[in-house]
Amino acid sequence: MNNFSYTQASTAKEATGILKDKPAAAYIAGGTTLLDLMKAHLQEHPQLVDINMLPFKGIEQTADGLRIGAMERMSDVGENALVLQQFSAVSESLLLAASPQLRNMASIGGNILQRTRCGYFRDAAFPCNKRVPGSGCPALTGDNHNLAILGTSEACIATAYPGDLSVALAAFDAVLTLENQKGKQRRVPVTDFYLLPGKTPHRETVLEPGELIVAVTIPTAAHTRRSTYLKVRERSSYAYALASAAVGLDVQAGTIRSARVALGGVGSKPWRSPEAEKVLTGAPATEATFRAAAAAALRGAQPRDDNRFKIELAQNTLVQALLKVAG
Amino acid sequence: MDTEPQFFETNPKAGVVGQPLDRVEGRDKVTGKAKYSAEFNALPGLVHAVLKTSDVAKGRITGFDTSAALKQPGVLAILTHQNLPKLAKTPNDAEGKKAIGAPMGFMPLTSDQIHYAGQPVAIVVADTLERAQYAAALLKVQVAAEKPLASYEDPRAELFDPTKVQDGKTPAHTVRGNAQAAFAAAPLQLTHKYTHAINHHNPMEPGATTAHWEAPDRLTVYDATQGVTRTQKALSTMLGLPTEQVRVVTKFIGGGFGCKGSSWPHTILTVQAAKAVGRPVKLSLTRPQMFTGMGHREDQTQTLKVGATQDGKLTALIHEKTSTTSPWDNYAEPNSKIINMLYACENFESSYQLARANVMTSTFTRAPGEAPGSFAIECSLDDLAYQIGIDPIEIRLRNYAEKDPSTGQPWSSKSLKQCYARGAELFGWSKRNPKAGATRDGRLLVGWGMATASYPVHNSQGTARARLYADGHAVVQAGATDLGTGTYTVMTQVAADALGLPMDKVRFELGDTRLPTAPNSGGSVAAGTVSSSVYMAVQDVWQKLIKVAVLDKKSPLYRAKPADVEVKQGRLQLKGNPQKGEEFGALMKRAEMTDVEGNGQGRYGSGYEDAQAAANADPTKKDEAAHHSMHSFGAHFCEVKVDPELGTVRVTRWVSVHGAGRILNAKTARSQIIGGSIFGIGAALMEGTVRDPNYARYTNASLADYHIPVNADIPDMTVEFVEEHDPYINAMGVKGIGEISMVGVSAAVANAVFHATGKRIRSLPITPDKVLETKAVQV
Repeated sequence: MNNFSYTQASTAKEATGILKDKPAAAYIAGGTTLLDLMKAHLQEHPQLVDINMLPFKGIEQTADGLRIGAMERMSDVGENALVLQQFSAVSESLLLAASPQLRNMASIGGNILQRTRCGYFRDAAFPCNKRVPGSGCPALTGDNHNLAILGTSEACIATAYPGDLSVALAAFDAVLTLENQKGKQRRVPVTDFYLLPGKTPHRETVLEPGELIVAVTIPTAAHTRRSTYLKVRERSSYAYALASAAVGLDVQAGTIRSARVALGGVGSKPWRSPEAEKVLTGAPATEATFRAAAAAALRGAQPRDDNRFKIELAQNTLVQALLKVAG
Repeated sequence: MDTEPQFFETNPKAGVVGQPLDRVEGRDKVTGKAKYSAEFNALPGLVHAVLKTSDVAKGRITGFDTSAALKQPGVLAILTHQNLPKLAKTPNDAEGKKAIGAPMGFMPLTSDQIHYAGQPVAIVVADTLERAQYAAALLKVQVAAEKPLASYEDPRAELFDPTKVQDGKTPAHTVRGNAQAAFAAAPLQLTHKYTHAINHHNPMEPGATTAHWEAPDRLTVYDATQGVTRTQKALSTMLGLPTEQVRVVTKFIGGGFGCKGSSWPHTILTVQAAKAVGRPVKLSLTRPQMFTGMGHREDQTQTLKVGATQDGKLTALIHEKTSTTSPWDNYAEPNSKIINMLYACENFESSYQLARANVMTSTFTRAPGEAPGSFAIECSLDDLAYQIGIDPIEIRLRNYAEKDPSTGQPWSSKSLKQCYARGAELFGWSKRNPKAGATRDGRLLVGWGMATASYPVHNSQGTARARLYADGHAVVQAGATDLGTGTYTVMTQVAADALGLPMDKVRFELGDTRLPTAPNSGGSVAAGTVSSSVYMAVQDVWQKLIKVAVLDKKSPLYRAKPADVEVKQGRLQLKGNPQKGEEFGALMKRAEMTDVEGNGQGRYGSGYEDAQAAANADPTKKDEAAHHSMHSFGAHFCEVKVDPELGTVRVTRWVSVHGAGRILNAKTARSQIIGGSIFGIGAALMEGTVRDPNYARYTNASLADYHIPVNADIPDMTVEFVEEHDPYINAMGVKGIGEISMVGVSAAVANAVFHATGKRIRSLPITPDKVLETKAVQV
């Protein structure tokens, strides 16, 4: 790790002001992902600005849903009664992630910004277009066992966001509130927050330099109350998803009124599937419908040598999640 | 032999041997008082070293840019092949490798050549760890890279036929009977390929060395090693110093699993760094460096041909193994050994093929050979059972080996039938539905599988010292190591019983080359060798005191024949008249002795049997038939639940029963079997290091990405030992349980997966992709 200085900011203005002067500085909240990246020399920052004191706190009921401050901890949000009642998939996505120690430290904003687990990105000895634009992508012909099959490009096949929370947020139309260096706030849907790799896999989100995540708001609906997050991994805990599904259904008299579907572990970004939702909406809540939706969700998949299994796995994961919420 | 050899009789009810006692060093460990090899921080002027390793897997170093690194405050030295003083001997040639006892025929920093990714290319020394790390990051290594070869699977790889594997210890070809003809004639023929992922040991404590030159020619090294003597030999040979001028200390080890069984390059490099800066130097490998610093289990494919009669009796076993080795060494773990001895079969043949690639040399890893070898034979036996429609235990009983098929020798002891029976009873095996894919728990498929375990008693010997004080306490010493499995505790128990003292009056010391020499903790030899050494050292104490007693006019034993005196619970007494005698304390005080010291040599394995035969038997009757084949045996029973849609496999029940001679501590032994079985479950379901096929560099060298089981993966585990009395293996009847717990585990899991799903997965680890992509067979 490189030497760095450490500054504690107590207001957003103070924090963004430092980054305005020193663009290479970085914000630190829980530090559970940033410190790993710095230790491996994947990110180098001369200064860290601690934003834990910022007033981006609270889990509040709003007129149409919940507002969760970006500095809330994963464990606090995952165990929160309001979240559990209105967004069981969000709670599950948080509590199935990482380990209790990490969940106690990691902030919601930091979780949303965690970076890929692609082994080629995580080891600076390898070329990686995401890390060093134009250096190449060894994963294309190398170990791509746990890399993406949807939304990829010839430049990058990483699951850029490897985690769980944003999959649930993408499914349920969550919106991020961002604040830039001028103190101006804007709202960006989670589905628009992450960028597809295309030819610029080093650009991962729409976040501007120095911009902060202030909060995430999630609208409550019948399909969020009846929701689940199913995560498939190679061990029972403390592993990233091979495939995951966040789903919510509003079923009335056997017919699906509204549906929300997003997949994790298979997309270049948290993979909302309007194709699957289209199949589900208005259809009977049967396994046949769910299988058709799963097929639709994976229709554009482009597997590589080692991750062909993810098509079937992601479909089955989605079907099992839908069967669970359909009850 | 004519008379049963000497066997240390202890009353398990009265004594402490065998009792489930807590670890004597447990409090020190949990309070942080126990000092591991990287924790000797009070050495005067201690500084820190960091290894710089190669990014590429093949090439040549053309230069270093040290300018930025050297400018950093606190940096003391940057050592490379260009400025490191030459060693007296290196393992770079066969003679040097043998003299050193090196695991790898290549020493980094002796040339500009790069042979594997992660190879050390420089050592950076600074006054703090952080400064050393930072300077290492600033150090630029200029390399002319070449295209590497990653494994035997690369089409460019050239397979060759070594004459010997495993460092020359195992012949690459074994033929017994005529396996080819027998296989061709066999009514039932099975030919299957089994692949095994690369495994890394991943102990919690990384490789770590603290080197302190106390004088220009006298060195003390605190090293995370499974054997202080082996490390001492390696270092003194490389340095050209008399052995006794190199002291190696290892008081506590945080797991080793084979990777600390040899002296790897970082240890001598730390010693050289300490010499260069003239101060004590400490180095710990980082977690990523643990993947390229201390060996691994090699990537490998086994082909096993099984010939059998219609009723399932084995007639031929043909085993071929192909694996990756380094540019210099012919290392392959000896998988064929267990296949040769596990079941009665007249015809056997095995061969090994290797391919050189840009990897470091692999090394013994958690039951080397036996673990992957048992995966092949135990899955094939399971196939055979299904093919002829009999129970998996029955197929094993039909092929039960009454003597060792590989040598023709009788077993020294074998409790395998009892292990099968007790394991089946504990597991409820009789309720098993024989049909595969037919048992469900809701959506999940339920499978029950079992497998046999075995591990040999290797030949070993060692020494120990016991000092008994007149006030009733004792210090017992051997230069053994405690991997964390309980050596401190069990040796204290053995010494306490032999001395007739309470546990808290006995201190057992280990982990120092100044103590009597003991073998490596490896190959399951430590418990058997050190326990008998300790026992023999205490016998020497008693013999010395008996001599004092019979010459002491005031002793009740005055003028008794020494051979007529026995010692029970610390009391010296006449064998025929136990009333006549006295406590050792009274004798020693009267004789004005503060203490008495005894030394003992313990033998384990065939050497013990030879020594006993020589001592007890009529030498004219001594012949080969008097020798025994010595193995532990056991059986694992496993229940899995498989999600047929998601491909996930979870172990839900586990029973292991072993016959391993005398068990010295029921609690630490149970823990050891549980730990070893969990290793096996890891290898079966999730462990695997992935080497990029183009860069020959690992893509998952971290504990986040190299999956080992978490608590949630492991159910309650039932472990039992069959009572077994083996007089041939050592003075204590201890076989050792270091590795047997892992042998057969991956097969038991794979067999359970087959029973659950009808899918035979012959590639480890059995991850969800393989479960989904494998087709079920109809049986």
